[in-house]
Amino acid sequence: MFRNQYDTDVTTWSPTGRLFQVEYAMEAVKQGSAAIGLRSRSHVVLACVNKAQSELSSHQKKIFKVDDHIGVAIAGLTADGRVLSRYMRSESINHSFTYESPLPVGRLVVHLADKAQVCTQRSWKRPYGVGLLVGGLDESGAHLYYNCPSGNYFEYQAFAIGSRSQAAKTYLERRFESFGDSSREDLIKDAILAVRETLQGETLKSSLCTVAVLGVGEPFHFLDQEAIQKVIDTFEKVAEEEEGEGEVGEGEAEAAAAPAPAEQGGGGSGDQDVAPMEM
Amino acid sequence: MTFTIPIENGNEVKNAEADSQRTLYPYVTGTSVVAIKYKDGILMASDMGGSYGSTLRYKNIERMKAIGKHSLLGASGEISDLQEILRYLDELILNDNMWDDGNSLGPKEVHNYLTRVMYNRRNKFNPLWNTLVLGGVKNGEKYLGMVSMIGVSFEDNHVATGFGNHLARPILRDEWREDLSFEDGVKLLEKCMRVLLYRDRSAINKLQIAKMTEEGVTVSEPYSLKTFWEFSAFTNPTVGAEGSW
Repeated sequence: MFRNQYDTDVTTWSPTGRLFQVEYAMEAVKQGSAAIGLRSRSHVVLACVNKAQSELSSHQKKIFKVDDHIGVAIAGLTADGRVLSRYMRSESINHSFTYESPLPVGRLVVHLADKAQVCTQRSWKRPYGVGLLVGGLDESGAHLYYNCPSGNYFEYQAFAIGSRSQAAKTYLERRFESFGDSSREDLIKDAILAVRETLQGETLKSSLCTVAVLGVGEPFHFLDQEAIQKVIDTFEKVAEEEEGEGEVGEGEAEAAAAPAPAEQGGGGSGDQDVAPMEM
Repeated sequence: MTFTIPIENGNEVKNAEADSQRTLYPYVTGTSVVAIKYKDGILMASDMGGSYGSTLRYKNIERMKAIGKHSLLGASGEISDLQEILRYLDELILNDNMWDDGNSLGPKEVHNYLTRVMYNRRNKFNPLWNTLVLGGVKNGEKYLGMVSMIGVSFEDNHVATGFGNHLARPILRDEWREDLSFEDGVKLLEKCMRVLLYRDRSAINKLQIAKMTEEGVTVSEPYSLKTFWEFSAFTNPTVGAEGSW
């Protein structure tokens, strides 16, 4: 989309009834590296691609534990994501303290959505530039929600957000009907396969992705590298040929990215590369 | 809130106006509530009396109420504070229902909410002068707990408030067992209520028994217990007591 005279303020409508600042915020989500979520009746799996600023640095944390029964994966401005994760943890723990009972995830996402909506209707605020895949449990089982900077939220059987998420979505669309009754292991395998789709040719290694699981009777936790590698090994046997090209491509892209990692510089999304504050 | 005005020599004067804002002593009170877990859920009994000091002034007060779909509240102590608590719970359940999302507050959640309320009021030196019994069944799980006016809270298979603690609980400790039938449960509660009727001066002979199961709450119509006053100890109470006439 192009610049126009109605896109300076979040509180300015365009004549066609759009709030451009909100839509630009949603663009920021598309710039972040991919995050994927899928659920069965009893489990939710969140997976994401680990992107590091450079070979020297560690990768950004994109999946957060909110409570034993709720986890969130983010894409977009990670700083915004961290703040919202802190809010979710706070809401969750306050509920637990008052009622000695876990906060139903469906109620948490509504609080989150209402919080995001406020930022679309105040001239002194800006929308959060982060999309959240919230997975959690409530009385009716496992749920996966997507919270958008616009303040909307949707429930999904499976979803992917971030850059090159379309490839993952295509994969998930083919398979989602079987997820409801999937076993926990199959669900994890599907998540990692979906991550592989977003890498588009790059070799899938356990160091490149983070996977977290939660379910009925299973508190939220991350899978360790070994466990992920084991799943990868079950299907990734043709990796070796592509390895050489994949690595070189990655190295060049990272050198071109801006050097300072934690700056909240201008919202110049749509530039040649991922802006430094987005992961 | 109590405001204190320090005077030079270090003594402090309490601001009388601010004091009248907080509860110092109860006025209209209900007496014991007794509750037990039984096979299908919870049974709770209380009488319908409201005492004004030593006068048995009100004889039609319902001290047990259903809370939402899954809980039953019984209260002893200040009746006006009970009514206040019912308003809080009403709002709580209303907001819970407005979510309309298949999740609902069960007895455990309500009990903990009440514990927080009672404890926070106690910390402000303005307690709700009640001892509450909260029972319920949700998803097949039975729950029975108690909260006092200072925020002491616990769960058990049988609870009682006020005089019930001293007169009813020993009976329950001896005779309660898992999976009592409804009839046996009622008999056990009536035994406790009869002792309370004989020995608690603020008890009246008009009681209700409430039943809470997975299906819901039913509060019985008020009825009276049969009493027997011809015990020889009653006919000649002072026989054998040294120094009495």
